[in-house]
Amino acid sequence: MLLIRCPWCGDRDEVEFRYGGQADVAYPTDPHELDDAEWGNFLFVRANPMGALTERWVHTAGCRRWFSVVRDTATNEMTPDIPRRRESR
Amino acid sequence: MMSSSNPNRLNASVRSGRIDRTRVVNCTVDGTTVQGRPGDTLASALLASGTIEVGSSVHRGRPRGILTADCTEPNALVQRLDGCPEPMLAATEIELYEGLEARTLSGVGWLSGERDTARYDKKFVHSDVVVVGAGPAGMAASLAAARSGARVILIDQHRELGGMLLDGQSHISGHPATEWVGRAARELAENQNVRVLTRSAVLGCYDHNYLLVAERRTDHLPTSSGAATRQRLWHVRTGQLVLATGAHERPLVFADNDRPGVMLASAVRSYLNRHAVLPGRNAVVFTTSDSAYTTALDLLSSGARVPAIVDTRPDPPARLVEQARAAGAQVYPGAAVVATEGAPRISAVRIRGLDTGGALNGSPVDVSCDLLAVCGGWNPAVQLFAQSGGTVRWDPVVAGFVPLNTGGRSTRVVGAARGTYDLAGCLAQGFAAGAEAATVAGFRIAPPPVPQVDGDRPGARPRPVWAVPDESRPPEACTDHFVDLQRDATVADIHAATETGMRSVQHVKRYTTISTGVEQGKNSGVNAIGVLAETLAANSPGEVGTTTFRPPYTPVPIALFAGRTHGSLYDPVRTTPMHSRHEQAGAVFEDVGQWKRPRYYPRSGEDMHSAVLRECAAARTGVAIQDVSTLGRIEVVGSDAPTFLDRVYTNGFANLPVGRARYGMMCGADGMVLDDGVSMRLAEDRYLMSTTTGGAAKVLDWLEEWLQTEWPELDVYCTSVTEQWAAVAVVGPDSRTVVGRLAPDLDVSAESFGFMRFRETVLGNGTPARVARVSFSGELAFEINVAGWYGRALWDAAMAAGADLDITPYGTETMHVLRAEKGFVIVGQDTDGTVTPLDLGMDWAVSRRKDFIGKRSLSRPEMLREDRKQLVGLLPVDTDTLLPEGAHLVEPDASRRPPVPMLGHVTSSYHSAALGRTFALGLVSRGQERVGEVLRSPVDGSDIEVEITTPVLYDPEGVRRDGPAQG
Amino acid sequence: MTVLHRVETDLAEADTATAAPRHSPLEHRGAEFERATALGPRGVRLREEPFLTQLNLRVPPDDAVSEAVAEALDLTPPAANKVSGDEGRALLWLGPDEWLLVAEEERARGALRAVRSAQQDASGSSVDVSANRTTLRLAGPAAREVLEKVCSLDLHPRAFSVGDCAQTLLGRTVAVLWQVGPDPEYRVLVRCSFAEYLADLLLDAMAEFLEG
Repeated sequence: MLLIRCPWCGDRDEVEFRYGGQADVAYPTDPHELDDAEWGNFLFVRANPMGALTERWVHTAGCRRWFSVVRDTATNEMTPDIPRRRESR
Repeated sequence: MMSSSNPNRLNASVRSGRIDRTRVVNCTVDGTTVQGRPGDTLASALLASGTIEVGSSVHRGRPRGILTADCTEPNALVQRLDGCPEPMLAATEIELYEGLEARTLSGVGWLSGERDTARYDKKFVHSDVVVVGAGPAGMAASLAAARSGARVILIDQHRELGGMLLDGQSHISGHPATEWVGRAARELAENQNVRVLTRSAVLGCYDHNYLLVAERRTDHLPTSSGAATRQRLWHVRTGQLVLATGAHERPLVFADNDRPGVMLASAVRSYLNRHAVLPGRNAVVFTTSDSAYTTALDLLSSGARVPAIVDTRPDPPARLVEQARAAGAQVYPGAAVVATEGAPRISAVRIRGLDTGGALNGSPVDVSCDLLAVCGGWNPAVQLFAQSGGTVRWDPVVAGFVPLNTGGRSTRVVGAARGTYDLAGCLAQGFAAGAEAATVAGFRIAPPPVPQVDGDRPGARPRPVWAVPDESRPPEACTDHFVDLQRDATVADIHAATETGMRSVQHVKRYTTISTGVEQGKNSGVNAIGVLAETLAANSPGEVGTTTFRPPYTPVPIALFAGRTHGSLYDPVRTTPMHSRHEQAGAVFEDVGQWKRPRYYPRSGEDMHSAVLRECAAARTGVAIQDVSTLGRIEVVGSDAPTFLDRVYTNGFANLPVGRARYGMMCGADGMVLDDGVSMRLAEDRYLMSTTTGGAAKVLDWLEEWLQTEWPELDVYCTSVTEQWAAVAVVGPDSRTVVGRLAPDLDVSAESFGFMRFRETVLGNGTPARVARVSFSGELAFEINVAGWYGRALWDAAMAAGADLDITPYGTETMHVLRAEKGFVIVGQDTDGTVTPLDLGMDWAVSRRKDFIGKRSLSRPEMLREDRKQLVGLLPVDTDTLLPEGAHLVEPDASRRPPVPMLGHVTSSYHSAALGRTFALGLVSRGQERVGEVLRSPVDGSDIEVEITTPVLYDPEGVRRDGPAQG
Repeated sequence: MTVLHRVETDLAEADTATAAPRHSPLEHRGAEFERATALGPRGVRLREEPFLTQLNLRVPPDDAVSEAVAEALDLTPPAANKVSGDEGRALLWLGPDEWLLVAEEERARGALRAVRSAQQDASGSSVDVSANRTTLRLAGPAAREVLEKVCSLDLHPRAFSVGDCAQTLLGRTVAVLWQVGPDPEYRVLVRCSFAEYLADLLLDAMAEFLEG
């Protein structure tokens, strides 16, 4: 049972959350400009690293807010997704 | 002086023991009465009454005896017969109680088939510091942490705190250590921030310091102890964790090492000091390290003879040798026990010299005995440490696997669990770790000073021997050198595994089944690793490594995991405000998600078939009523609400005028149908969206995801209002009459109240209501919404208003038939996550003018394939034959030998009163092209011929929607 | 934004006298709650507090707007995970832009209209959810222990005390937990369709104290 820190409600058990997969996969501004391969990549292809992964969670049983965290997929160590980190990409 | 029923009970003047000598506890083992004292375990009571032999071994039927005094026991496994029978309990762990009935087992127990009526529950607790193990190190850690004001939980498997201090004769600050234990226990009990869980085993240590703890609350009481919770599963979340889990003594592997009377040296000591039981009067001690000397001294001071202490080390510490000799024991250094005799209990051992290379030498010495106390060294109990993510390494100095790091960020290991076996060291580490953990948790404190102790001292280096050579046979033939007693697995079995080419300890474990019994390797694991290392000529057991330490640490009844989560508490049952009315009407319910919905309302003598035909007829020819309160409802508010709904629905909503409703369909980004429902526009900036009964939470999550993560610039807010509203659908040609009576202020005529319009009004009973003209049946129909708390009054009013018209309540089955006759799909029944709106033939609901979520996917090559499955109507050629839902459809001339290409399957199938026949909906490859074709559906070995048709089978012109002309 | 619908709470001001009977989801279980009451130092009791007015308010993180909305209700904006006001009329923090007004009916008259008028020309929303949830009141020295059997939240006084609220799971249902008294005393707001389940769950957890 992971302990996940909701940025709003604080530390809560994993069962209060739903997983949202890899973070920062933006919805294309105009999907119709993408060719089939690009659109397929957007729909189905996600990173799966062993190590740090920025991922989304939503606090479904609490405030229902989405947020991102960085989780080490090998150790489950979780740290808040720092905005600076996101800007650098 | 020993009592007749307890011939092996030591006189109180010799050993007081931690038992109550004023009372007798009677139990029955294998049909024979066994007497013990409060404070005994079943094993100590058996030993006190002179029984050491237990059930014979599982495969080879060899006699076996009590080996241990703890949870590592591989032999003394019993079936508890009183109460709800329970298998494979270790007699060493069962606290004696009046009326206990047990049967010894030969490796296999049985499930009773009886319902276990005992109560199991769970509790969530949080702590700053959790200490596991209440031996000297754990108690010291708890004291230090507790004095800081931190919240502390101390967990121990036994009924009393103290651990090994209760097994020995140590002194702390000049007084018996048990006095220190008593004082510490009182201090902890009096501290409001401390919770002490005794009789509690930490089953597992999970991510982010989450522990599951099984507390045995009534197992030590007679089984008639009523409705109290038998066992409780504590879910513990802690900031800091101190593991003071101790160590388990290893047995030794030699020829016929499984004979009753062979017992761990530490167990002998425990029975002597804790239970005042003398397991044997003439004991040989066979050891690889210092600790068993104390056992020898304890035996001697209890009146037993110790004719021999056999030490594998050629040079045992002189201090110990002198002490032993002075007390009357002869020490055999550099020697090993190579064989045992007895029928079945051990009566003699054979001792041979063991040279520095591990080979036998010298001439044998035979020594008679009735007990052989063995010590193969100690295994630090690193199970929980490893589960918490820690790594272990082989430490040649302590001859055991120890934690690689003992002071992680939030986990600390102290005492024997990290290979520290001297009392002073255990206390010092405990105090330090407890203070550190509290300090890290935000409660700064310095460790208390370590008191003066007289107890176990730092030991000399042990000399582990993984398998004593046989006098005549090579290792591969050592079929009586037992490594895992419960599994009857031997040195020869490990050789057989390596002969087949296995090298990994994981493979060897599974091949030999070693460590797969209830002790889970606590007794057998490291010996097996040692033997494997020698077999593979590895340099040390560390090269072989351990198997994975998985929860649970000790066996646990499945019932404990279930807890109270069964029966009505298994899963929420959601009910509507009208639920009691449905019950009174005799409804048969079905589960829709977590909701209980009436499926049909049988009148006396009716089965579902006839009830549904009657309910359908009422809806098509008279008036019928359904509780539709379960539909999900979401209020979507904000100046951008029209834009937002345009993006999430496949069809347009921005252009929906206020006061009107529209059916909408939602897709995932992959273009697959997600949900559907009718949304009403309440105001320019306000919609009331409805979802399917099962889809409400999913849709709200979906909307929030887009609003928060993709379109935060939109001024839109979503609020779930599912239970705010109770609603009924009033359906049928007479529905206008009924609704007119219910809502006298409302003009319900077709002219002024058109299809897909809604009105707000106050019903005749004074209830504010929102009435909509929507239909899921093709008939004239109204949906009346009121605040949830008026739901029951609405139902009663509608039933009264339609009484003279025989208004008929109908359930989900009839609703399904009515909608299927019209070709209306149910998301989740006719769709399965691989179906697009186009596959359903719902092009009319897919906007070409605007973009929406999933639109791009509808032009992916896969979606454009001509052989996609499409929604069709299905008419069995025999009009009485009902297709089973899920039945496959194949070409009429398809081969009967697999593989048979499947063209599609049946998604919905019913009898229709209106059509006078059976019919179905299905998804069929190129279905829209196939209208008129006859396909074959193989069902239970016979074939059903099925004609493909369009999905709308009833009133395709839609003339019934506005009801009969008024006049 | 100022449109008030006839079916929303404010309409009931005029019509409660003539309206049909209201039923709360747990009204038939009152006697059962009574029987489950445990007295003494390990006592705990449960009852339903039906028909509290509840408004779900979405207030963008804009101080002017949130001040205006709170002021319209004669309350102060609640801090994160806290409640402002008193039991008779309170604002519960549900999320960074979401509050729940919980008030006795007689102290909530005109509240929806007042909020909508304060929200005029600003983004946000206000939705009447009075019938969406019912309220359970769990009180007594053992109340926290009862909750600890069904809730994984840390409810120790150091972590959760009077004036704190949380949306969390109780058993397998979502609820709003609000500590209203030090005894301790809690209000649990639960969606009406889950009310029977939650009552069953709490009664089951209380049984231990009745027997003891």
